[in-house]
Amino acid sequence: MLFRNLCSLVLWLSLAFAQDVPVAFTGGRVIPIAGPEIPDGVVVIEKGKIVAAGPSASIRIPANARRQDVRGKTVMPGLIDSHSHIGGIDGGDSSAPIQPEVRVLDSLDVRDARIQKAQAGGITVVNVMPGSGHLLSGQTLYLKLRDGRTVYDLLMPGADGKPLGGIKMANGTNSRRNAPFPGTRAKSAALVREEYVKAQEYRDKIHKANGDTSKLPARDLRLEALVEVLDRKRVVHHHTHRHDDILTVLRIAKEFNIRVVLHHVSDGWKVAEELGAAKAMCSIIVLDSPGGKEEAKDVSFATGGALEKAGALVGFHTDDGITDSRLFLRSPALAVRAGMSREKALFGVTMANAMMLGLEDRVGSLEAGKDADLVILSGDPLSVYTKVLETWVDGAKVFDRADPKDRLYATGGFGASHDQGPEIFYVEEFE
Amino acid sequence: MRISFSFLTGMLALCSAAAAQIAVVGGTVHTSAGAPITNGVVLVRNGKIESVGPASSVRIPTGYRTVKAAVVTPGLIDAHSVVGLSGYLNQPHDQDQREVSAPIQPDLRAMDAYNARERLVEWVRGFGVTTVHTGHGPGALISGQTMIVKTREEPVARSVLVPEAMLAVTIGDSARVQQGKSPGTRAKMLAMLRSELLKAQDYARKRQKDDSSQARDLRLDVLRRVLNRELPLLVTAQRARDILSALRLAEEFNIRVVLDGAAEAPLVIEEVKRAGVPVIVHPAMYRSSGETENLSFETAAKLHQAGIPLALQSGFEAYVPKTRVVLFEAAVAAANGLGPRAALDSITIGAARILGIDKRAGSLEPGKDADIALYDGNPFEYTTHCTGVMIDGELVSEELH
Repeated sequence: MLFRNLCSLVLWLSLAFAQDVPVAFTGGRVIPIAGPEIPDGVVVIEKGKIVAAGPSASIRIPANARRQDVRGKTVMPGLIDSHSHIGGIDGGDSSAPIQPEVRVLDSLDVRDARIQKAQAGGITVVNVMPGSGHLLSGQTLYLKLRDGRTVYDLLMPGADGKPLGGIKMANGTNSRRNAPFPGTRAKSAALVREEYVKAQEYRDKIHKANGDTSKLPARDLRLEALVEVLDRKRVVHHHTHRHDDILTVLRIAKEFNIRVVLHHVSDGWKVAEELGAAKAMCSIIVLDSPGGKEEAKDVSFATGGALEKAGALVGFHTDDGITDSRLFLRSPALAVRAGMSREKALFGVTMANAMMLGLEDRVGSLEAGKDADLVILSGDPLSVYTKVLETWVDGAKVFDRADPKDRLYATGGFGASHDQGPEIFYVEEFE
Repeated sequence: MRISFSFLTGMLALCSAAAAQIAVVGGTVHTSAGAPITNGVVLVRNGKIESVGPASSVRIPTGYRTVKAAVVTPGLIDAHSVVGLSGYLNQPHDQDQREVSAPIQPDLRAMDAYNARERLVEWVRGFGVTTVHTGHGPGALISGQTMIVKTREEPVARSVLVPEAMLAVTIGDSARVQQGKSPGTRAKMLAMLRSELLKAQDYARKRQKDDSSQARDLRLDVLRRVLNRELPLLVTAQRARDILSALRLAEEFNIRVVLDGAAEAPLVIEEVKRAGVPVIVHPAMYRSSGETENLSFETAAKLHQAGIPLALQSGFEAYVPKTRVVLFEAAVAAANGLGPRAALDSITIGAARILGIDKRAGSLEPGKDADIALYDGNPFEYTTHCTGVMIDGELVSEELH
C-alpha cells in the first residue's frame, strides 16, 4: 500500500516535469546502441518517452516539436551504472555476515552531491548498493537520477509497485573477518548455502500452507528477501575478484538456480572460458593500476575484451567512490584500449547494464517506446576531450553544463561536494 | 686476477646497452622545448640525446637502429609518487611509505626503502614514466625524505638521480595522530614544525662553531639542510588555511617550500602566486572527499592561468587504485582547461624544473638523458597506446600499454 502511494507520487512528479511539447534533437551523431551509429540523426522525445530515433532523412519531426540543434554533438542513451555507492547509503552493520532484511531504501540521502555529480557524468540509472564487507550486506536500489526532493522521487517501481532492486553479496577477502563473520572461503560458502536452504524450507512452508493463515510461518524479513532471490525475482549482485571465488559464485548460483550478476570480476580473464560458457553477466571495474588489495592484484584493462571474446555479457560500473561517476565513459574507453570492441564497450555502459538490472525493456537504448533518458556529448564518447553537455531523464533535463550551478558539479571546485540545499525545488536563485 | 665469464658477459651487455645508437623517428615529436616537430628524428648515442630535428635536416648515420612511432614525447616525470615504497598488494609487508612510531622523522631516507622491482614501478614505466619523485608519503607531520629516481629495474644506487630530494611534510587532517598524542590539531602542527626548525637553527650554530659538545643528530642534520635552502619542504596541504600555513612557515624561516596537493589553491591563488612557490597539483582524478572535497578537474588549469609553476603527480592512494598514472592525470587536466601542451609540460619539463633535474631530463634536447616515450596516437587519448619506453638510451619496454 505504502509503495502504491509512492508510485503515484512518482507518477505525479514525472508528469509534472515531463515536457509539454515534443523535443527533437536534430543533426547530431546518434548512437542508438540498438543499431549502428547514425552520422546525421534525429531523436524525438515526448511525455518522457522516446518516440523516434533514426537518420534525419527518415524521421518525421512533429510540427509542434521544439527543435534542439545538436549538430557536431553526439546523442546516446543515458548511461547505466550497475554498481555505485552514491547517496551516502549504508547497509548491514557489523553484527552478522548475512543481513538480507537491510534495505538501501532506508538510508539514502537524496541530497548527496554525488547524485548531482553522477548526473553530470551522464548517468541516468544507477544500482545503489551497500558495501562488500558482508557475505550479504542488504537490498540494493535501482534509481532513476531525476532531480529529487525525497528518495521516492528517484525510485523505479516494478509491476507490483515495489521499488526495484537486487541484493548485494560478496565473497573473497572483504567479508572475511572475526566471528560471527567467516574466517575462510569454504566457511563463507557454507554460511551462504545454509541460508539458502533455510529460505527454501521457509518457502516450502508457505506453499504447504496454501493460503491457510493458521499454517503460515511467522513472517521473516530475512527469509522473505531470500525467497525473492530463490524465485529469481531479485537478482544477486555479487562482489567477486579472484578466479576461484568467481567460480564459487557460479557454482552456488547453479545449485540454487539463482540469477546472479558478477561484479568487479578482476580475475575474469583467467576464467573467461567458463564465464563465456555460463553466459555469465559480468559487471566489471576498470582501475588505473593493479592491486590495492590482494584479490585485485591482477585486475586488467583487458578483462572486458577477454570476456567479450568468450561470449559473456560485459557491463561496466563505477563503484563510485572507487571511480568517479563523472568519468564513467573512461572505463569502456580503457577497455577498448586493451582490445574490446567499441560497439560492445558502449553496449557495456548502456544495454548490458540494463539487462543485468532487468530493465532492458525500459532503458539502455534509443528506441521508440523507451524512457527518454539520454545524454548529449560534445564529441566522441571514448575521447578524453569529450564533455557531457546535457543529461535528460524521463524527458526532463537534469544536467546542463551551460548552467553554472550544474557546471560546478561537473568540474568540481568550492561547494561541489556540499549536499544539495533546498533550492533544487523551491528557490530559483539561491546564491 | 681472474674475472669470471659471467661477469665479463655482464659487462659486455651493459656496454652494448649503453653504447646503443638509436634513431627514434616520430610522425610528431613533442620536445617540451619548443614547437612540435612533424616527421622528427631523435638521435640517441651512449645514453644521451645527440640531436633532434625534422627528418629533412637530421641525417640518420649508418649503424643506428631505427625505432618508429606515430608520436614521441620526452620520458614522463611523475613529480610526486610513492611507488617503490607503497607496494601494490597493500599488505603490511609492502607498505614502507609511512612509519607511525613518531610524527617527526626527517632522518628516514627514501633510498633505504625503495624497491626498484616493485610491480607499480613497472606499471607506471609501461605508460612512459621514466623518472619518479618518490619516497615517504603524506600522512605524518614530517614523514621522511623523498628521492628522484629513474624507473629502471636495477639497484637504486645506479638509477637514482637525487638521493635526498625533499622533506615530506603534511599539514591537515591526515597528519593528526591518536588522541592524547601530538599533533592533534592544526595549530599544534605548526607549533611543532616551528619548534623543530628553531632547534635546527640552534644545532646548526653549534655545529658551525665546531662545538664538540654538540653530538651529531641525524634528524637535525636534515633540517639544517632545509634551513640552508638545500632541501625544500614538500608540504602536502589541501585546505586553503593549510596552504597559507605552509607559506607562513616558508617566510618565517626563509626556507624553500613546494606545495603538494593544494586542492583549495584556487581559493588563495593570489597568495600562492605572490609567495613564488611551485605547486605539485593533486592528481586530476583524485577523490573529492574530506580535505579534498573542493578539488576540481580544473585546479591545474587555474594555477597555470595565474602563471604559477606546476607539475602533476600520481600521488598517494591508500586503497585502489594503488597508484595513479601521470599520463592519465595529465590527459584529464588537458581536457579540463589546461590544454595538451601545458599538460605535457606538467609531466615533463615543468616537473623537471620543480624537481631541479631539468639539466638532465624533461625535454628532448641534445646532451640530455635519452629518456623517451613512444605512442601510436595522441598520448592523452584513452584508446592510444604507449608503444615503447626508453631510459638512458635503452628500450626498457616495447609492449603495448
